[in-house]
Amino acid sequence: MSVPATELVVNGEIRLVPSGATVSDVVALTALVHDGVAVALNGEVVPRSAWVAVRPSRGDRIEILVAAPGG
Amino acid sequence: MTADLDHATTGTGGRPATGGDPPTGSHPATGGDPATGGDPATGGDPATGGDPATVDGLTIAGVRLASRLFLGSGGIASLEALDSAIAASRPALVTVALRRVDPGARGSVLDVVARHGVRVLPNTAGCFTARDAVTTARLGREALGTNWVKLEVIGDEDTLLPDAVELLAAAETLVEDGFVVLPYTNDDPVLARRLEQAGCAAVMPLGAPIGTGLGIANPHNISMIVESSGIPVVLDAGIGTASDAAVAMELGCDAVLVASAITRARDPERMARAIALAIEAGLEARRAGRIPRRYRAEASSPFSGVADLRSTHQAPARGAGTP
Repeated sequence: MSVPATELVVNGEIRLVPSGATVSDVVALTALVHDGVAVALNGEVVPRSAWVAVRPSRGDRIEILVAAPGG
Repeated sequence: MTADLDHATTGTGGRPATGGDPPTGSHPATGGDPATGGDPATGGDPATGGDPATVDGLTIAGVRLASRLFLGSGGIASLEALDSAIAASRPALVTVALRRVDPGARGSVLDVVARHGVRVLPNTAGCFTARDAVTTARLGREALGTNWVKLEVIGDEDTLLPDAVELLAAAETLVEDGFVVLPYTNDDPVLARRLEQAGCAAVMPLGAPIGTGLGIANPHNISMIVESSGIPVVLDAGIGTASDAAVAMELGCDAVLVASAITRARDPERMARAIALAIEAGLEARRAGRIPRRYRAEASSPFSGVADLRSTHQAPARGAGTP
């Protein structure tokens, strides 16, 4: 009965997301807001315009980043 | 946050007083930013009608900046402290880093910066390779909608000194990609020239390693960079207190980037104000033209007309030449 899930590494932690989830879905599961967010998939930038189209595969590394205080 | 996509590589900012360019004395009014609650500049010369540090300002990549202070937000204890530091010093822009989102975080550094109408400048802090820095710059552009980047590529965690080879490679790639690149660089005039040739919009040489507060370790090198640079020079890193910022401006820098000296001060708001004032003072001193250094004294009171105050019984003063 369990929903098929895909195992991803999101911000360094293993996460299970529904199979077929898009980058946009993963962002929604991780961050409260979408403004000011940038995403890298396996070290490459995923432009915001592609978030709804790109579906990460098992084992992919996703970094979901925001502005933080810094030098 | 607007994206300034018109990349100009020839952004010659208002370099103070290089090449014998005399200060005009007629500072156009800043138009008084109504939001300047704690603008230290308002205590300036009333005759100028404005703040010398913010008038006839600095232009980078075609964008006129309202101040010559760049505030690094790293090390700030709270967003409230950042808010008051910005209010007290009115920086031209505030740097931020890109870090993993904290799902539980409330409030954002971006909210604070936006509230003051200040530009945000994403950096590539924490990158050791050109490749990582380029990717981080692109992420910053995605997240913040600006093509400006403070490019940092460091060599190791112990010194945090720039890796010149990786830095130049990243700068070339990012300029090609349409970024306005502001590289954090060594106090090396040759590397500064290479970065300018690569199309960077400014160079940001260090005064001393990040967070050391050692001031400007090699003022001679900073002077050489200023003298030969055709793009704005922003002293970055090493500032420990207000006088260091004044020295940077006296050396001819166009602006100063300060993070730790403000954010880790016991009273960041007060130090932010002090440094803004120091930048203003240093710029004015630069424009005023300091006296040359001498190795022997030069009296400021004239020797002619000095009274003869010898007692009548006193032998003639040595060298008086009496017969």
